[in-house]
Amino acid sequence: MKINGKAWKFSDNINTDEIIPARYLNTSDPAELAKHCMEDADPDFMNKYQKGDIIVGGVNFGCGSSREHAPISIKEAGISVVIASSFARIFFRNCINIGLPIVEADEISKVTQSGDEIEIDLANGIVENKTRSVKQEFPEFPAFMQKIINAGGLMNFMKIS
Amino acid sequence: MTITEKILAAHCEKEEVKAGEFVECNVDVALGNDITAPIAIKQFRDSGVKEVFDKKRVVLVPDHFTPNKDIKSAEQVKILRDFAKEQKIENFFKIGEMGVEHALLPEKGIAVPGNLIIGADSHTCTYGALGAFASGVGSTDLAYAMATGKVWLKVPESIKFVLEGSMQEWVSGKDIILYIIGKIGVSGALYKAMEFTGPAVSSLSMDSRLSIANMAIEAGGKNGIFTPDEITEDYVKDRARFEYKNYKSDNDAEYCEDIKIDISGIAPQVSFPHLPENAKDVKDASSIVVDQVVIGSCTNGRIEDLEVAARILKGKKVNPNLRTIIIPATQAIYKEAMKRGYLEIFVDAGAAVSTPTCGPCLGGHMGILAKGEKAIATTNRNFVGRMGHPESEVYLSGPAVAAATAITGNISHPDEVMK
Repeated sequence: MKINGKAWKFSDNINTDEIIPARYLNTSDPAELAKHCMEDADPDFMNKYQKGDIIVGGVNFGCGSSREHAPISIKEAGISVVIASSFARIFFRNCINIGLPIVEADEISKVTQSGDEIEIDLANGIVENKTRSVKQEFPEFPAFMQKIINAGGLMNFMKIS
Repeated sequence: MTITEKILAAHCEKEEVKAGEFVECNVDVALGNDITAPIAIKQFRDSGVKEVFDKKRVVLVPDHFTPNKDIKSAEQVKILRDFAKEQKIENFFKIGEMGVEHALLPEKGIAVPGNLIIGADSHTCTYGALGAFASGVGSTDLAYAMATGKVWLKVPESIKFVLEGSMQEWVSGKDIILYIIGKIGVSGALYKAMEFTGPAVSSLSMDSRLSIANMAIEAGGKNGIFTPDEITEDYVKDRARFEYKNYKSDNDAEYCEDIKIDISGIAPQVSFPHLPENAKDVKDASSIVVDQVVIGSCTNGRIEDLEVAARILKGKKVNPNLRTIIIPATQAIYKEAMKRGYLEIFVDAGAAVSTPTCGPCLGGHMGILAKGEKAIATTNRNFVGRMGHPESEVYLSGPAVAAATAITGNISHPDEVMK
């Protein structure tokens, strides 16, 4: 299955306070959270992006707080996948647990600029920046993580098991 | 094996685990707060599981936006309260009993050595100070743990920090950890265990160790951990709610890195906006004029922190151009501070003293910054917008520098006010 989308490039160390500021944490309603996605990283993001777009971060994307509201906001906003050079560990596990696709691809992150066209082949582990003609392979997730992802998240995985 | 590996192995019933391995571990304590537990509780209810895995071992602490900051926050806390009642959860701490969670759990003996503690809050790593494996996870992980009593984990590599020397006056655990994060960066310990060892550890009080372990996540660490010693035993023996076990790393345990830190050379630190890694000597911050001082949080809201602040503020007034907010982290700390006369010192100095809450640390309430304002805080993060307006700034420090700054108005070494 291939995902195609337009990239929005962010810098290193994008933290979860920027992805979903604390002033919005008095709710856990995904629809509410989706209205403020990336707001303190780019106050204009909500006006610019479209469903199906792709967020591309640098190193340590999603660092800071454990707030699952961050990947929930991104997923509910309709972002199809998050690519980064590296992910902070709580953010990473939250994405797996809720079924938001994430890809670690350093070379793609380094060359990508906002507006580039990205294609990801999740099954075969290949991500391509079509605008700049750069391709990178990424490793498979470990077997049990794939089970969680295929089930659509950790709680679904629990129900199935 | 390292101490971290030993605790993980014991909790997944294996003889041995290796760094990089994925394991599913039994959980001793599963923690959530008013921000993170509502999502977990909904998922738990949707799962069809009827009862939490152990009603003594699920802990719910409404601390972030409490006392209820607005209607939505009140509704989030109500979700916790209703769930606790329905599930007969013993460790639900309402206003009047609660404290900031990572100060409360050690105090109540809920966090003990050798236990595996997961919490839907990134600063859960605090309890590693007691020789537990403690790590921050998400709300879904909390839901899964409440339902099954388990958590999936990747066994981390460990970095060994060897602390040597002795602390300068006015320096405490907070300065040591700010210095370390300044050296290795906010992803310097990404996915790794930060194991704090060395001859200087025995000179670190439990309050200092809790501050250090608290900020392991700010270097990207999976957990921070100290080996239990006499100080640990002294702390836990009369309060432990659960059975505990002291582990320690084998002499031939493998580490990915050994980092020596001479703490004698560490002056009071200040981390500049907007990352905790921007740590500098306090003397490099002297030109910074602040609008607000916050002393509190799960990092530095404990009695030793208030003692230092009281020593500095005694008989003095805070600068008229700034606001000072002091937040004892638990009811017991609040009461002890009252008994010792600290609260009177703070009020006489012109500071506001608050009931325990996370409040301003995460930009919730009880001290938010306007556009263009600067704060110095004994908290743990200074990201963009952390304490309020995205165009405000937060400088991080220990309580001594924060208290001195409250008097002078610009970021100051305590020597400047204690002649």
